[in-house]
Amino acid sequence: MGIGPYGYSYNERMVYLEYAIELRGITKRFGPVVANDGIDLGLARGEILALLGENGSGKTTLMNMLAGIYLPDEGRILADGRPISIRSPRDAYAHGIGMIHQHYKLVDVFTAAENIVLGMEGEKKLDIKKANARVREICERYGFDIDPEKKVYDMSVSEKQTVEIVKVLYRSAEILILDEPTAVLTPQETDRLFAILRKMREDNKAIVIITHKLNEVMAISDKVAVLRKGKYIGTVNTAETDPHALTDMMVGRSVTLNIDRPLNPDRAERLRVSGLTVFDHEHVKKLDGVGFTALGGEILGVAGIAGSGQKELLEAIAGLCPVARGSITYLPPEGGADELVGRTPMQIRKKGVSLAFIPEDRLGMGLVGSMGMTGNMMLRSWRRGSGPFVKRKQPRDLANKVLNDLEVVTPGIEFPVRKLSGGNVQKVLVGREIASSPSVLMTAYAVRGLDINTSYTIYNLMTEQKMKGTAVIFVGEDLDVLLELCDRILVLCGGKVSGVVDARTATKEEIGLLMTSVGGKEGA
Amino acid sequence: MTDVLNSLILLLVAAIAYGTPLLFGTLGEILTEKSGNLNLGVEGIMFMGGAIGLGGMFYFEKLTGITSYPLAVLIALLAAFLAGALASLIFSFLTITLRTSQNVTGLALAIFGTGVGQFAGEMMRIRVGGYVSLSLELTNALPASPFPQALQDIPYIGKLLFGNSIFFYLGILAAVLMHLFLKKTRKGLYLRAVGENPSTADSAGISVTRYKYLATVVGGGLSAIGGVVYIITTAGCTWNNEGLSGVGWLAVALVIFCLWRPLSALWGSVLFGALMILYMRLQLPFIPTELYKILPYVVTVIVLILSSLRNNKEKQPPEGLGLAYFREDR
Amino acid sequence: MAESIKAPLIRLEKRGENGLNPAAVWGIRLGSIAAALLLGCVAILLTGNNPIKAYGTMINGALGTAVYRQQTIKRAIPLLGCALAIAPCFKMRFWNIGAEGQITAGALAATFVARTCTGKLPSLPLLLLMALAAMVLGGLWGLIPGFFKAKWNTNETLFTLMMNYIIIGVVAWLQAGPWEAKQGRIAHFEEAAELPLVAGIHCGWIIVLALVLFMHVYMRHTKHGYEIAVIGDSLRTAQYAGMNVGRIMMRTMFLSGAISGLVGFIIASGTSHTLSREIAGGVGFTSITVAWLSQLNAFAMVAISLLLGILSKGAATLQTVMNVPVAISDIITGLLLFCMLGSEFFINYRLILRKKRGGKEARK
Repeated sequence: MGIGPYGYSYNERMVYLEYAIELRGITKRFGPVVANDGIDLGLARGEILALLGENGSGKTTLMNMLAGIYLPDEGRILADGRPISIRSPRDAYAHGIGMIHQHYKLVDVFTAAENIVLGMEGEKKLDIKKANARVREICERYGFDIDPEKKVYDMSVSEKQTVEIVKVLYRSAEILILDEPTAVLTPQETDRLFAILRKMREDNKAIVIITHKLNEVMAISDKVAVLRKGKYIGTVNTAETDPHALTDMMVGRSVTLNIDRPLNPDRAERLRVSGLTVFDHEHVKKLDGVGFTALGGEILGVAGIAGSGQKELLEAIAGLCPVARGSITYLPPEGGADELVGRTPMQIRKKGVSLAFIPEDRLGMGLVGSMGMTGNMMLRSWRRGSGPFVKRKQPRDLANKVLNDLEVVTPGIEFPVRKLSGGNVQKVLVGREIASSPSVLMTAYAVRGLDINTSYTIYNLMTEQKMKGTAVIFVGEDLDVLLELCDRILVLCGGKVSGVVDARTATKEEIGLLMTSVGGKEGA
Repeated sequence: MTDVLNSLILLLVAAIAYGTPLLFGTLGEILTEKSGNLNLGVEGIMFMGGAIGLGGMFYFEKLTGITSYPLAVLIALLAAFLAGALASLIFSFLTITLRTSQNVTGLALAIFGTGVGQFAGEMMRIRVGGYVSLSLELTNALPASPFPQALQDIPYIGKLLFGNSIFFYLGILAAVLMHLFLKKTRKGLYLRAVGENPSTADSAGISVTRYKYLATVVGGGLSAIGGVVYIITTAGCTWNNEGLSGVGWLAVALVIFCLWRPLSALWGSVLFGALMILYMRLQLPFIPTELYKILPYVVTVIVLILSSLRNNKEKQPPEGLGLAYFREDR
Repeated sequence: MAESIKAPLIRLEKRGENGLNPAAVWGIRLGSIAAALLLGCVAILLTGNNPIKAYGTMINGALGTAVYRQQTIKRAIPLLGCALAIAPCFKMRFWNIGAEGQITAGALAATFVARTCTGKLPSLPLLLLMALAAMVLGGLWGLIPGFFKAKWNTNETLFTLMMNYIIIGVVAWLQAGPWEAKQGRIAHFEEAAELPLVAGIHCGWIIVLALVLFMHVYMRHTKHGYEIAVIGDSLRTAQYAGMNVGRIMMRTMFLSGAISGLVGFIIASGTSHTLSREIAGGVGFTSITVAWLSQLNAFAMVAISLLLGILSKGAATLQTVMNVPVAISDIITGLLLFCMLGSEFFINYRLILRKKRGGKEARK
């Protein structure tokens, strides 16, 4: 077939007939960021295609162009060989394309059937009985287990997903795209979903499943298309590949970044986490018995596919999300031990525990967008001093210092940070957190969306902190960076620790396998 | 025994008379709020409806010399509806298209509408040089029952079932129709989706803007009818500046009290009507008569607290109520 | 959707980093005021009067003589005070529309003190006690919805709205019952319970001007003000910074209610010298629009409340001189609010008209 991991060259005349939907040279840019770069892809009937790639590789963006959410900047979409344009979800349905997004679009107080018929053309009178019957019919055919008259607010996550799938089938979609459908499902629910997908395949539908879980790719797909950093890498037959080869395609060859990594000889235990278990507000287990130690004078990297519990881990340590079980012990440099579980963020700080926390949602959580740099510096210090007034002098000095040290580009320190570019916003946040001379510094995706130079500034700041004796916890998504910046790397997979490796000796493949848990045993 | 029953029936009939304006005001606001728009301008809308509805009837009778009950009813409804629809169109344009705050715009409309209503009423008074009132024939006929006397004379139930003004029966019709629209039609379902979760509705291909505009404008028209009904059933078909004050706000309260359900508005409005007049009819020891008037609001607050406390999903305001929706935020 | 088949006729774009230049912003704002006054002409024309003459009469009636000016300021005082009270709530994105009730509650408490303590206390302590009582009851009236919002997230817009009518009902009861003097009215205060005049106006103007400074400092320079601003911007950030959001919410509502209550005291003791159910007279609602249009800037509130004061006093003159119903003031106020609210849109967004040709191609 001429299909290899790196060199899939497609034969235009052949695919012309074969594919239900074909993408040719699709490019999509968001400002300066190229999310998709000249991508070619074909979806065939009666086939499950896994679209594989790391976080930020452009999978969802690409599929959103089929679902009518975005318009491509360049390139063409063909349906059965004829060029079409998809400008809205409605257009997508008209061409038989239905996408199940990660965030469900459902009205809580409506029943399943009411949600399913929403927006469809039809008679004036709403014959809900007829709709219920039709929904039941679809459920029977594919083996779904939902009650069309059940209200969405009474449903579990998996039931809601089922409603979304039925919604697409109800509109007679022939091409189904599922964006990370298993992210919120239990293993049993995942098995059930896969059984349903296989049934749809038998029904000659074209199915795309967006994922970054290799074991699922191996279990369900017929073909795998891999994207990396917005580029199309290739398509392989699942039967002819294995997780190692796919990991190679997904993460690419190691790149040397030349990040300076000195060793701090004075390392001491600073944070001891054991048996940490956390549930989110939907009662889904996000962390499952996580245990590790973080040392002062060391950068501990945290790797894992998106949603493996990184966010919850940091928020639990910062006191921002409730802990179900386990303990987080802080060991101050001056000796002693403090338990952090069950304390509010304020208490954690009042005890003299200096945790600087750089959340991933910078403007929504770490900063006040409408305020200038001074106001944002105050977020850490506004309570300081007696009397009712805030002290502005010190934060203003700090703002100026951050402005100069980190070379923040802003019209002035009172200019609202919301209007700054992403890199500058991040500098303000990092500058503030480092200024509090923390003994533990936690960052989540500190360089996301930043240019190369700013990224290096941030890396150097982290290393600087490490050399001062701070315990740095660095949650990252780029394995090359983690491997060159960190001393040790903790790998999370599905809320569990799948391994801790020495960053100086580990390989990218090793971590990649730990992340997808297929290599869990051999790697640990 | 008969005395008690008779006075109870009289009380109910009076409660219906006072409740009918509320019924319209509430139904209109329910429709508006179902689209996610919180229009706090109902007070102003009802003032406009009252003054312009009355003005319509008055000038029609004066200019054409035709004194006709059905025509007067029709003109009252039409004039009030148009006035309210226009006022709500201003509200819709500002909040939906120009993205102003719903709360502030609603309050501005309350001020504006009250002003327009009083201005129109006063102007007519000045022009006429006395009270603006309809012919005696109409003044008597409009608030009276449209049914033959024989039906009204049926013991007990006659007065209750057939003794009310035509507007009450129209109000029942409107409530039932609105209930059917919201629950049984496709458009009704889509409208509710817009009010609950506009971004979901939008992604399902429903025009959020169109639904919001239509529901708010029609809702405003309906509310305004409540204004003219008030003038007819309880104010003796004459204009006075203070008469309507507070009715619109009570309608906003009633929307909460009946949990955004048009059918509940039927008995809710009669109950609120009863509470408004209880102080005139019933003297209870320990409860000062004037305090009856605040009962509707107290009860509404309790309903509001209980519904937030219990967190029963079926008894909540539309989820998108009061929030602006812009496509880019998706 | 059908509309998106071609590029829309008018496209919106948020104005970029620096927005419009200040001159253009003020141009748009002044333009909106002019538009409102122009629309007001229509109403005046309907009365058969000359709009220019009418506006002249209004300005003269509001600002022509010292006495007129005093009366105009008297009308602006409660608007300003109450707008200041609402500002912190709105900054926090807590939609307190219960100022009307909080004013009434304040006036009620002040009246209670005036009725029970007159004759037992000299004037100054009596007034201070009245003010204090007004602030406490007004504050409590604001605290109740604040408590439920903080505890159970009860909808504060609807709650505060209902609270208005409950307290107004209580006053109506007092007026017609226990406190009735004659014909459903409550007796006027003794002179000791009236606010003294300064420069011909009751000294409430000094109080509200002090409040302007207080609120400016409170919002810009205190820890409380900082907390309020952070919560209004992002609840998550406030929690991240370790703020107790519920407590801050209740505290702010108490403060807001207390200031509204103080305004109630000023109205009762300075203007009406008695209590009645109409004592707030819509000030609580109008002041919300004052606060909003001033973008919560304390000094801008002075200007806008004066503008509305001029309108209302001018309209009163217009009625006596030209027989134009006084409600014209509400109409013009409403128009003014509509136009000024709407104008913000043009300050924040740029309209891009579709080009005649090429629009369709551009999206392909």
